Amino acid sequence: MAVTRRQFMKVTAGLAASSVGALGFMDAGDALAAGVRPFKLEKATETRNTCPYCAVSCGVLVYSVADAKDGKHKVIHIEGDSDNPINRGTLCPRGAASLGFVHSVNRLKYPMHRKPGTDKFERVSWDFAMDRITKLAKEDRDKNFIAKNRDGVTVNRWLSTGFLGGSSCSNEAGYLTYKVVRSTGILALENQARI
Amino acid sequence: MTNSWNDIKNADVVIIMGGNAAEAHPCGFKWVTEAKANNGAKLIVVDPRFTRSASVSDLYAPLRPGTDIAFLSGVMRYLLANGKIHQEYVKAFTNASYIVKEGYGFQDGLFAGYDEARKNYVDRSSWDYEFDEQGMAKVDDTLQHPRCAINLLKAHVERYTPEMVERITGTPKDKFLKVCELIATTANGERSMTSLYALGWTQHTTGAQNIRAMAMIQLLLGNMGVPGGGVNALRGHSNVQGITDLALLSTSTPGYLVLPTEKEATYADYMKSRAFKPLRPGQTSFWQNYGKFFVSQQKSLFGVAATKDNDWAYDYLPKFDTSYDVLKMVDMMAGGQMNGLFCQGLNILMAAPNKAKVATGLAKLKWLVIIDPLETETAHFWENHGEYNNVDPKAIQTEVIQLPATAYAEEEGSATNSSRVIQWHWKAAEGPGESRGDIRIIADLQRRLRALYEKEGGAFPDPILNTAWNYAKPGDPEPAELLKELNGYAIEDLPDPADPTKMMLKAGQLLPTFGLMRDDGKTSGGCWIYTGVYTEAGNMAMRRDPADPTGLGIHPNWGFSWPANRRILYNRASADPSGKPWSERKKYISWNGSR
Repeated sequence: MAVTRRQFMKVTAGLAASSVGALGFMDAGDALAAGVRPFKLEKATETRNTCPYCAVSCGVLVYSVADAKDGKHKVIHIEGDSDNPINRGTLCPRGAASLGFVHSVNRLKYPMHRKPGTDKFERVSWDFAMDRITKLAKEDRDKNFIAKNRDGVTVNRWLSTGFLGGSSCSNEAGYLTYKVVRSTGILALENQARI
Repeated sequence: MTNSWNDIKNADVVIIMGGNAAEAHPCGFKWVTEAKANNGAKLIVVDPRFTRSASVSDLYAPLRPGTDIAFLSGVMRYLLANGKIHQEYVKAFTNASYIVKEGYGFQDGLFAGYDEARKNYVDRSSWDYEFDEQGMAKVDDTLQHPRCAINLLKAHVERYTPEMVERITGTPKDKFLKVCELIATTANGERSMTSLYALGWTQHTTGAQNIRAMAMIQLLLGNMGVPGGGVNALRGHSNVQGITDLALLSTSTPGYLVLPTEKEATYADYMKSRAFKPLRPGQTSFWQNYGKFFVSQQKSLFGVAATKDNDWAYDYLPKFDTSYDVLKMVDMMAGGQMNGLFCQGLNILMAAPNKAKVATGLAKLKWLVIIDPLETETAHFWENHGEYNNVDPKAIQTEVIQLPATAYAEEEGSATNSSRVIQWHWKAAEGPGESRGDIRIIADLQRRLRALYEKEGGAFPDPILNTAWNYAKPGDPEPAELLKELNGYAIEDLPDPADPTKMMLKAGQLLPTFGLMRDDGKTSGGCWIYTGVYTEAGNMAMRRDPADPTGLGIHPNWGFSWPANRRILYNRASADPSGKPWSERKKYISWNGSR
């Protein structure tokens, strides 16, 4: 019989309660059982993911629960995925502490804008931020786009803006980034691999 | 990596040089531990520092930083001088027997064709083989001809005697010779050595040559394509392999195709130098299909706008004059030649060399866009932090927009690990605040840019207006849609060439292999090496069968390994020319006469 860890925890918890009961400390047993903190992953959703740090790409299990206030899932625990043949459940200290990345106080929450010459970021809406970026990018592209080089060869390049891609982004995000950035004529397109 | 993390366990000798796997890749290093514990493997560490990897090694040799080529050339000299090479392998699978043109040579530190005035190799006409009437390279299977590649190599490394190696590298001669002896125990097909390296090799001006030198050693030993062998780059970020495959690199396009240069004005010019030319009778290569990969990719990028008549939208791609790599970008920024910069999950102030120069460059930009899950130093480069960042915000006119991105646990998609295995991950939670996924942010940028060009016009709007965008939700494409696009599909019905009444693929069906890609515009595929990752049978990156039928740590049904789910690259070389594996213990592929 295949016993999942969760079933195993239930069974052992039940045994503990009944053996205390059998000794005749009925009330005390109930009180003790009530005082036992329930297994914290009992009601959590288990999601398979990959460690965000190095390119060993250890499998991880991410446990999340729905928040009582807004119903959104929040991550409460991360551990190694023992099914994954690469790491077989192990994680290094960095990976084992990756919950700290998910809940870092340095996580960005809102689009922010720093006007030229000022000394602070101000919160702005997504619409404002994206419109502003689009406008700045188009202005620069239209002004500095090079359609032909000195020899009259069509080169269609835009050199005055660069794009540094994220090497922790997914393949799908990376491909879409390539597609969009290249279509503008940007040549200064790089990622961490070069560094 | 040519081989895989799990495959390290098959090695008999492990050499770590240019990296520190025990500390930097602890869970990958477990496979070194496995090799030592269960395969009797010996670990060699060559490093200027006595690293944590060195502390668990069987043999540690120090060397001066930057002298790796002298060390490795000395190893080659040892192997060649002592007959410690795998003769049959070298003859069958390398260019050792090819005869190089007369006139090629190396003298006083320079190869033939050097132009003193231009400080470059101007005349490279002798850097080639001699060809017969059929256009095939001439060979000498006895390896006696003085201009056989292997004899030129022998002459080239002759100078790297153990004494010379000691003089250049500082490695004591006896230590160096012990390393050579241990490496030489794998020159027989029965035993194999794996080479593990990282940025300790790549971050040199001679980075490529460091790796090339080890690749040559592995070929001499017969260690390429065999279990427990290979040249293995232990890569850093979680998806740096995938992002490299997908060409967020100045002069590349996805799947290691090359972006056109301005010397290649037309598609015909571009293809002229890409056409694959066999050097020996019957020789084949993936690259003979270059045109099919390129045209299919253009169809993915520009859809119906890429036609035969416009050379598959060849002019939609920028043509480069020089590589605009990160160092060049910093130069341009600091020189005031760059106005805008996007940093998507890359903290350039901390990642690129010369922080002061990067900061000066950032301050000269008109605008900077940060897309990141976390606060970065780059986003705050304009803030005064006393002695740590003594700048005057008033004097910095850079407009900065910082966008909150979700992190790995808050999105689904695939990532490619160091050993080319593409694994899917699932979304566990919502991101904090108003954070959004990178896909949504980039799609939003495209949508807005396109709308503005539609409305106002502007410089060459065609590629922006014609970027293929067949996504169910144009503002936030599904990762599965994008992976399918990367994999590729038939645009029209593809009849079977052997029997036109039968259909190989119907229009819209996903390609099972890049072998079906075409250069007539009837197939689309964003990245040929990823073909096979999402087929009509489903999303192969999601596969989670940990079974390992051979016990060699291959796990063929766990995720998908590019290309063609190949877990060991060049694995044909794991068997002799007749198909008999070099080693029963390391039997990866074999040929019994019919299969």
